[in-house]
Amino acid sequence: MKMKLATMAVTAVMAAAPAMADLVFPSLSYRTGPYAAGGIPFADGYADYFTLLNERDGGIGGVPTRLLECETGYNTEKGVECYESTKGEGALVYQPLSTGITYQLIPKTTADGIPMHTMGYGRTSAANGKVFSHTFNYPGTYWNGASGAVNYLLAENGGDLNGHKIALVYHNSAYGKEPIRTLEELQKKHGFELSLLPVDHPGQEQKSQWLQIRREKPDTVLMWGWGVMNQVAIQEAANIRFPMENFIGIWWSGAEHDVLSAGDKANGYKALTFHNVGRDFPIFADIQKYVVDTGKAAGAGDQIGNVLYNRGMYAAMLAAEAAKTAQEIHGTADITAAQMRDGMEALEITEEKMAGLGMPNFGPSFSVSCENHGGPGLVGVTQWDAANQTWSLISEFAETDMEVIGALIAEDSGSYASENNIAERCN
Amino acid sequence: MPEQLAFAMEVFLNGLMAGVLYALVALGFVLIYKASGIFNFAQGVMALFAAMTLVGIQNGQVPFAHLINAIFGTHVHTFGWNVPSVFALIFTVIVMILLAWAVQRFVFRHLVGQEPIILFMATIGLAYFLEGFADLMWNSEIKKLDFCMTANTCLPQGINLAIDEFTFNAFGYGFFIDNLDITATIVAGILVAALIAFSQYTKQGRAMRAVADDHQAALSVGISLNFIWVLVWSLAGFVALVAGIMWGAKSGVQFSLSLIALKALPVLMLGGFTSIPGAIVGGLIIGVGEKLFEFWVGPLVGGATENWFAYVLALLFLVFRPQGLFGEKIIERV
Repeated sequence: MKMKLATMAVTAVMAAAPAMADLVFPSLSYRTGPYAAGGIPFADGYADYFTLLNERDGGIGGVPTRLLECETGYNTEKGVECYESTKGEGALVYQPLSTGITYQLIPKTTADGIPMHTMGYGRTSAANGKVFSHTFNYPGTYWNGASGAVNYLLAENGGDLNGHKIALVYHNSAYGKEPIRTLEELQKKHGFELSLLPVDHPGQEQKSQWLQIRREKPDTVLMWGWGVMNQVAIQEAANIRFPMENFIGIWWSGAEHDVLSAGDKANGYKALTFHNVGRDFPIFADIQKYVVDTGKAAGAGDQIGNVLYNRGMYAAMLAAEAAKTAQEIHGTADITAAQMRDGMEALEITEEKMAGLGMPNFGPSFSVSCENHGGPGLVGVTQWDAANQTWSLISEFAETDMEVIGALIAEDSGSYASENNIAERCN
Repeated sequence: MPEQLAFAMEVFLNGLMAGVLYALVALGFVLIYKASGIFNFAQGVMALFAAMTLVGIQNGQVPFAHLINAIFGTHVHTFGWNVPSVFALIFTVIVMILLAWAVQRFVFRHLVGQEPIILFMATIGLAYFLEGFADLMWNSEIKKLDFCMTANTCLPQGINLAIDEFTFNAFGYGFFIDNLDITATIVAGILVAALIAFSQYTKQGRAMRAVADDHQAALSVGISLNFIWVLVWSLAGFVALVAGIMWGAKSGVQFSLSLIALKALPVLMLGGFTSIPGAIVGGLIIGVGEKLFEFWVGPLVGGATENWFAYVLALLFLVFRPQGLFGEKIIERV
């Protein structure tokens, strides 16, 4: 009997031991609900990258990774529940994939000592690492997006936007309103006219907004949309014959499913981006070989190379590289969340490193520091080719107006610090 | 003509067109409520399910492909053929009739005689079930809807050039009217005429009205309640399919189609839950009201007024006519 008990105890310890040593990466995904079409490819990309690391490299630094997926349905309450139910599993970093969830998790993750990465969404002023110790939003933020769009227009218009009319069609939510302040500041600086056209959730009916655009004839329409709002806006723009090359969406309005339903009429539509698009990267051969062909892909394998799949994969790559950095800093492969935070703060992404990972020119080179959690804020522009059904990067990852953005970040993060009695770090 | 007046006329016409689309959704609610007293929370999801089924059949998609692949380790996604829209429409109608039968057989037959709130709760459950079932059956990708009666006769979209030119010559400003909205208006007109003719001049239609008036009396003269309810749910399924096609052509067929039900609620409150003409008139009033309010008042208050204004307008009507414009006034004597 004693022998049996001892055997069972040893077996239990052996079974538990690898789980304790795993590097746990929660994935707060949304594969159901109105935004599933965008949530699925991102979640697939995020999962497949970690599967690739396990299958090809045996994990990160020899420690296997474990993905902990939790369905949020893009719902803030469910997102917080997911966080609470998974944080005790040794979670290293959270990617909440929703601005609403991000706002709820900023104080929680800080208190729990778990870092959070909100890549291209969330609270922009979290780029100020002096105030937001556990939140990172590299390599770019919404305010970089707004400035990137204006800089692109400046380049297209000979450096002069005086009298240029810009209409912002935006999701009437905290997310959609994010670029307004930046655009208003840039309006003062560059002299363009800005009109604001909010669209209520979910955005299925936008006739009023597009009739107004037809009447006011703006030179450029910018869009901060998500979900069905994107598809309807692109269709309505096509209906009123608005030139697609003058219609620019934020990176959450520039995936394949946003343009496909409008067919050929969507040809020429543009979207901002902070990473590259397409399948022309060596890493996809490895994903095919080690993940898809072995039947271990997170989805059906049909999303590979799509814009949001690439974004999910890019997020996973940045998380994995931060984990490697943390392992190097602390001299241990089995890192904790606190050590992961240190790794994120010391993260350095170079072109050489990305090329070595099979992702040459996939995103900008950048480094993170204690003061700057937002990265360089470089923004590129992509364009949709309806005939070939492909997105192409049509610009370099260009600098944004950090003079304007930096001041706004300092102001907003300063208010947050004083409201929450946060002493500045990095001194 | 002053420019602002021309703009307002354009907004008015577009409001009418939008109202027709709202009415198309509201019609399905009215049919079921009128015949069975059930407020069908699942009507929006039925539109989604119908549109997904139509596109799935058109594209030769294998139903439950992900499930089949996960269980059997296969990689099947399509049959490799495309089905012409008309045949896909017929197959979809058959699927909606089967759904109506299943809903009646497995849900509402067991709830006969229950309180209306229980029946309403059952439709909420049905909505959630159908959402998941539709995703499982056809997956949650956004699908482009190309509905063509013949190779050259597809659902048109974009500006109607004849109206644009005519109004430009008449008022100095060319109005934008979407060809899809014009088509939806014609289809809605035919649909309403057909529904009224069906309920007035056919045996089944009259039986449906008898059931709507008094279940007990209808039963006593030999009308099968089960049959009538399957018939009504089938008709509501067909209306949902039409609404799904019109809305799906705008945005692609996707989950958000189920949310179009939100647009029908103020229409029902205003037009009454039991009147087919009420759904149409209610839709037109809501459509025009919200568009004109957005045009005149929206810029003063920051825009995005349409969603809440529709409900405010409906509530204003309710203050003066609680049963809605065309609803039945029920007087209970004690």
